[in-house]
Amino acid sequence: MTQPLLELKDLETSFPSSAETVSGRASVVEGVTLSIDAGEVLALVGESGCGKSVTALSILRLIPKPGRIERGEILLEGRDLRTLSIPEMRKVRGNQIAMIFQEPMTSLNPVVRVGDQVVEAIRLHEKVSRKAALARTLELFEKVSMPDAKARLRAFPHELSGGLKQRVMIAMALSSHPKLLIADEPTTALDVTVQAQTLELLRDLRQEMDMAVLLITHDLGVVNQLADRVAVMYAGKVVETGTREDVFRQARHPYTKSLLRSMPALAKPQEPLYEIAGSVPVPGEWPAGCRFVTRCEEGDDFCGEEPAPRRRLSHSHACWCHRVEGVQDES
Amino acid sequence: MIAYIVRRLLHGVGIVLGVLGLLFILFFTVTSPEGMATKALGEKAPPEAIAQWVTNHGYDRPLFWNPESWSDTLLVDHYYSMLSFDFGRSDADDRPIMDRIKQGAKPSLYLTVPLFFIGLFLSLSGAMLVAFFRGTFIDKAGLVVSVLAMSIPTMVYIIAGQYILGKVLLWFPISGFDRDPTMVWKFLMLPVIVGMIESLGGGVRFYRTVFLEESNRDYVRTARAKGCGELQLMTHHVLGNAMIPLLTQVVVAIPHLFLGALLTESFFGIPGLGAAMVEAIHGNDFSTLRALVFIGCLLFIVAQIVTDIAYTVVDPRVRLK
Repeated sequence: MTQPLLELKDLETSFPSSAETVSGRASVVEGVTLSIDAGEVLALVGESGCGKSVTALSILRLIPKPGRIERGEILLEGRDLRTLSIPEMRKVRGNQIAMIFQEPMTSLNPVVRVGDQVVEAIRLHEKVSRKAALARTLELFEKVSMPDAKARLRAFPHELSGGLKQRVMIAMALSSHPKLLIADEPTTALDVTVQAQTLELLRDLRQEMDMAVLLITHDLGVVNQLADRVAVMYAGKVVETGTREDVFRQARHPYTKSLLRSMPALAKPQEPLYEIAGSVPVPGEWPAGCRFVTRCEEGDDFCGEEPAPRRRLSHSHACWCHRVEGVQDES
Repeated sequence: MIAYIVRRLLHGVGIVLGVLGLLFILFFTVTSPEGMATKALGEKAPPEAIAQWVTNHGYDRPLFWNPESWSDTLLVDHYYSMLSFDFGRSDADDRPIMDRIKQGAKPSLYLTVPLFFIGLFLSLSGAMLVAFFRGTFIDKAGLVVSVLAMSIPTMVYIIAGQYILGKVLLWFPISGFDRDPTMVWKFLMLPVIVGMIESLGGGVRFYRTVFLEESNRDYVRTARAKGCGELQLMTHHVLGNAMIPLLTQVVVAIPHLFLGALLTESFFGIPGLGAAMVEAIHGNDFSTLRALVFIGCLLFIVAQIVTDIAYTVVDPRVRLK
């Protein structure tokens, strides 16, 4: 078996919490195990507050203090990023793993010209002259289909629209040919038409540059367009993983099924759109057993007592639910 | 941009005229010329002497309205002398006020310019340090020391500095001044050190807040995600964005450079404008005081306009219209 590009093993990240816990901290991400192969798009799906972004930031070790990674391994081509020194980690960030964020409006430095921000990204990882880096930036701007790319090099962020700012972010992320791009809700803050363009751009670039993408989103439409595999997260844990077909055609976890039912594109006409009752509980107040038990329509009393085990449904499909029949494995 | 500057300057002229009006009310109607004379000559001075004093200083003319000649009033005279920088003579020793100002400006600048730059540099560095170590012991210790430094009155620093560094350790002269540029630094060391310690607490606290606020912004996370180191992050990204609050704080401090530090100058015997002001207050020298207050106001107004224009330089989002 070939080594995956990135492997998360039993990742746990915690933040201080006002909830009644012994340590005064609550884990926002717990026992997350995922893997991404080279060139693959893995979508991490779930409602807001499920720990998707924290998982992504944990990979780059960018969890803002006083949050911290409690345990687990983050293996990039077999090398555990948690064991790296800070200077070594800096060589990974923006170089092997790049990231784009949800808020293009605020994610660029407002007082620096966008061209210079990409130049900075290039020169952090390569010893090239400013001039050469600027020429590369122009190529990148053209690659992300920035209209009027040459003039835009000298633009300030506030002079660009949200979609164009996200293109700058993408250009910046691609500047050092990363093996993995983490895209944290890249289209959430954009207009619908711009969303489609941005997604298309991401899809084209991924193929062209052959990089893996960890796509974080709560929009299943986006997942359907881009993802090879899907991991569904609920309340800090992965509840179902599988290929796109597995999850969209044969979803087994009640949470995944509810998510799919609440998708407007899949809903039956004339019927009111389904919604999942309640909301994700706050970290630290998660049920002891299966965390979805408070909102699950299929669960019984037993579900709330013990965490749901992993059940293997096929070589690619797995699910963490007491009610699902499948091969239970120990890992 | 040019239209904006012209408009701001016109506003400035309006503000100057208004400030002069307030000054007139303060100096001539709140205290009457007779009051000034009594203060200058003492409570027991005979009425003739008071009348003589008032006449000698030209304060015997009508305040607002003279039916014989409209321009021969104290109000017109006040505006004219202030705006033409012809401040007249001191009420105390009859010397031209302008001479005193010219004499005092240099010692004041000698003291405050190094104080300003070294103080700013140290405040910014200290603030960056505690902001970098936010939430740790260094941050908390820095906070305690800053608040402590802010809470101790200036007088304590001055006296402690003079006693410890001047009298006990004999490192510096306790007070005095020398107009010879090669000698002057000896006398300036102690007041600069004392002034710096005094201003450091508040400075570190203020800039720490500014830096921390900037460090939590999304663009900082982006910079980290592209592999930016902490030092480059602070100097390149955070400092650039902190320039707006920083400018506001810094430019407003510039008029103080010129006017000097009142207490520091008088305690260290530096013959600057701050000392001149304290002298004028003690000596009931109303005309000198009025001129100094006016110059202070003028510098403030100019500094404000300069700040507004400087914003456009540091922040591309600010467009002046």
